[in-house]
Amino acid sequence: MNLDKSVIGLMSNEYVFEIEGRHVGQFAAAVGDDNPLYSDEQYAAQSAYAGLIVPPTFPIAMNDGKVELPIQLDQRRMLHGEQEFLYYQPIRIGDRLHCRIKVSDLYDKEGKSGNMQFLKLDTEMKDETGELVCISRMNIVYRAANN
Amino acid sequence: MIKDWVLEELTVDQKLEPMVKPPITKVQIAQYAGASSDFNPLHLDDDFAKKIGLDGVIVHGMLVMAFLGEYVMKIAGNEAWLANFKMRFGKMTVPGDEIRCSGAVARTYEEQGKRCIALELTAEKVSGEIVGAGSAILHLHAIVK
Repeated sequence: MNLDKSVIGLMSNEYVFEIEGRHVGQFAAAVGDDNPLYSDEQYAAQSAYAGLIVPPTFPIAMNDGKVELPIQLDQRRMLHGEQEFLYYQPIRIGDRLHCRIKVSDLYDKEGKSGNMQFLKLDTEMKDETGELVCISRMNIVYRAANN
Repeated sequence: MIKDWVLEELTVDQKLEPMVKPPITKVQIAQYAGASSDFNPLHLDDDFAKKIGLDGVIVHGMLVMAFLGEYVMKIAGNEAWLANFKMRFGKMTVPGDEIRCSGAVARTYEEQGKRCIALELTAEKVSGEIVGAGSAILHLHAIVK
């Protein structure tokens, strides 16, 4: 079954994600990214960020594994086609960010293997005052169902 | 990575020194799975990957994007802010692949009195197969003293 436009605007529950130093360190080590902006307080303080930050793709690791959208998606039909991050404020160790996933768009395209649907999911992350910190935008190709 | 330029003086179409990552290992994939909480068996279990028609496990696309993120933050150094970063996924990456990140200046402009640099980014295998194509926007800031 294909998705219809009524899914646009649907949201997950809000969850709070706390950024821990150990997690940031593990993430940077897994990537092999030794940028001192993530670990050297003195260096980071002198930078444009004026303090330690997290690697640019770290927001992808900011999921609690339990959050769900109120729609039925078939994992086998989903293909992560594109990823975008929009940064508004630095993300720092110790931050507690309020996150929510939203379906921000759905559109159809005719592909070689039939009709394809594209789903845009935005995870909005806000600080404790409600100020937007980052949006992680996932563009998902929702492939035709194989029978 | 050799940085023989200053951000303010970058010009359109200027190519930036590439960065080559060591070959991706299965251990690294497992480390990334743990750090990102993405335990999809497609990245960890060869038998599972073979069952769905692959030769073996494939690398998380987001690990490749993280390499490009490492590259763009090296370009930004300590004087620029990353405002936007995106990537389109290309060919699949497998253990043993060596990824080369490269970039070029797409455009430079002023926005609200800030100097902005738009970069085009590519992640490719040594064979030239593109695994990620992306872009980033840097905002130049005065360094806080």
